[in-house]
Amino acid sequence: MEPITDIKTLKAKANAIRQNIIRMLVQAKSGHSAGPLGMADVFTALYFNILNHDPRRPYWRERDRVILSCGHICPVWYATLAEAGYFPKRELWTLRTLGTKLQGHPEYRSIAGVEASAGPLGQGVSLAVGMAYALRNFAKSNQQIYVISSDGEQDEGQTWEAVMFAAKHKLPNLTMIMDRNNIQIDGNTEDIMPLEPIRAKYEAFNWHVIEVDGHNIQAVIDACAEAKAIVEKPVCIIAHTIPGKGVKFMEGKFEWHGKAPNKEEAATALQQLGVTSAA
Amino acid sequence: MRISPKQKLSKNLFSKKIAMAATRDGYGEALVALGEKNDKVVVLCGDLAESTRSRVFAETFPERFVEVGVAEQNLAGLAAGMAFAGYIPFMSSFAVFSPGRNWDQIRVSICYAKANVKIAGGHAGISVGPDGATHQAMEDIAITRVLPNMVVVVPADSVETKKAAVAIAEREGPAYVRFGRPAVPVFTTQKSPFEIGVANVLSSGADVTIIACGPMVYTSLEAALVLSKKHKLRAEVINCHTIKPLDAKTIVNSARKTGAVVCAEEHQIHGGLGSAVAEALAEHAPVPMRFVGMPDAFGESGEAGALLEKYGMTKEKIVKSALDVIQQK
Repeated sequence: MEPITDIKTLKAKANAIRQNIIRMLVQAKSGHSAGPLGMADVFTALYFNILNHDPRRPYWRERDRVILSCGHICPVWYATLAEAGYFPKRELWTLRTLGTKLQGHPEYRSIAGVEASAGPLGQGVSLAVGMAYALRNFAKSNQQIYVISSDGEQDEGQTWEAVMFAAKHKLPNLTMIMDRNNIQIDGNTEDIMPLEPIRAKYEAFNWHVIEVDGHNIQAVIDACAEAKAIVEKPVCIIAHTIPGKGVKFMEGKFEWHGKAPNKEEAATALQQLGVTSAA
Repeated sequence: MRISPKQKLSKNLFSKKIAMAATRDGYGEALVALGEKNDKVVVLCGDLAESTRSRVFAETFPERFVEVGVAEQNLAGLAAGMAFAGYIPFMSSFAVFSPGRNWDQIRVSICYAKANVKIAGGHAGISVGPDGATHQAMEDIAITRVLPNMVVVVPADSVETKKAAVAIAEREGPAYVRFGRPAVPVFTTQKSPFEIGVANVLSSGADVTIIACGPMVYTSLEAALVLSKKHKLRAEVINCHTIKPLDAKTIVNSARKTGAVVCAEEHQIHGGLGSAVAEALAEHAPVPMRFVGMPDAFGESGEAGALLEKYGMTKEKIVKSALDVIQQK
């Protein structure tokens, strides 16, 4: 797929993805709102600029791969995959319903582009590291592996097991993008289980760290280009995001971590995202 | 006692000359054989290469051996990722740690996704001995067989372990193979049949069925010999090496014939082979049953033989259980 470089076009994509996240969630009546909205810009940057991929051949051997480790933010993954043409958008409105291909947490290959099952935190990090190791060391391939992790996920011991392994093997084809939105289900991350200094932790574990504004699409693109160029270490991009970004009453609120909007809230949200009539 | 000639068991079956080997030795041999045959076979190990015998593979194919350190959750996740990249990973550790400590990773990253990962749990059973209860996996069959998409194999000796490891590699999808630490009698041969999901009827009889897995299969044969010689009773001994998918047909047919079943395993009596057999028989051929295994307890330090005796996983216990269950017919 040809990368889109025009930032205005990319911003419009991100906004369309946000609108669809709201539409999916209100239809599903359950699911996570804050994380998906917060990561819409990062997902847009990945699927419309950074990745070497082809939605018409979702499992093309040479593709770059995205593993969503914090599986609960899958509405943004599904909405982005549909926007990129992996599957028809009508599938989006089946989220979380009986018989859907869009499970409440991702199921491996339930629909084109879903590269891993995920839900229990920490698992996707190991999986991505294993994939990166195998492609690099067994297959001698240069495909890039992007693992989307969350800050809450850093509470899990497994995350650090995987982080150590990746550093041991200096995996050059692995980039973690950490959604640093400062919230988790029960509250703010620094109240629940302080992570700071998170940058220093990754550096101490022999990773290269880049920090970006996760809503600055150009900055995310540049950070991924830098990450790809760094071959001595795995790279962690700490993407500072605002949970619920784009919907004022959700922004920064941990209460919206695991909640879907009702019809009225969804209408307000869509209005704030630039939809004029109820869609 | 009528040993089935089709089973091609060792000529030294009940002789003191019978060869002794640890089931884990068969695993190490299988890995090397698989590695030679298929360059997609890779081996991961959680700091236990010597104990699990994966070191043999590491020395033969260093570029396909991955040392993960003491990190079983990561071990399972890495293996899943490698499977998704097109490889056939064998992940080795002790059964108490894997599948014991990484069950959630096995459930979601491996079984839910049908990842082509082979899990090898070593040092299983109470016969691991002096290390004590923390290291004696007595629950691993229960927690693996409950997982959808999983295959669970508990081979009886080193020869069968080698066949089992090769067979799970050739079958697409998640599988668990369990093996033990001490040397046990090698009573099957290269020519003995082995097929995943097909239980082997080692001896035929009409009085009682003894269904066992792992090294308890040999113990069951010894018990059948006692039943035959001392009590003039004919026991049908079944080597049920595959716990999942269970060969319900063979088990049900035998139970209908004998009308009484004893199950024997080095595992908790709850949730293991005995439970799997009971589930099948309850539905299709309910007969009286007895369960020889760990009686809902934790083990302790001691030599393997002494522990098996203390907790009742012996031929004497199987004989007693058989006599008892026959009374209930």
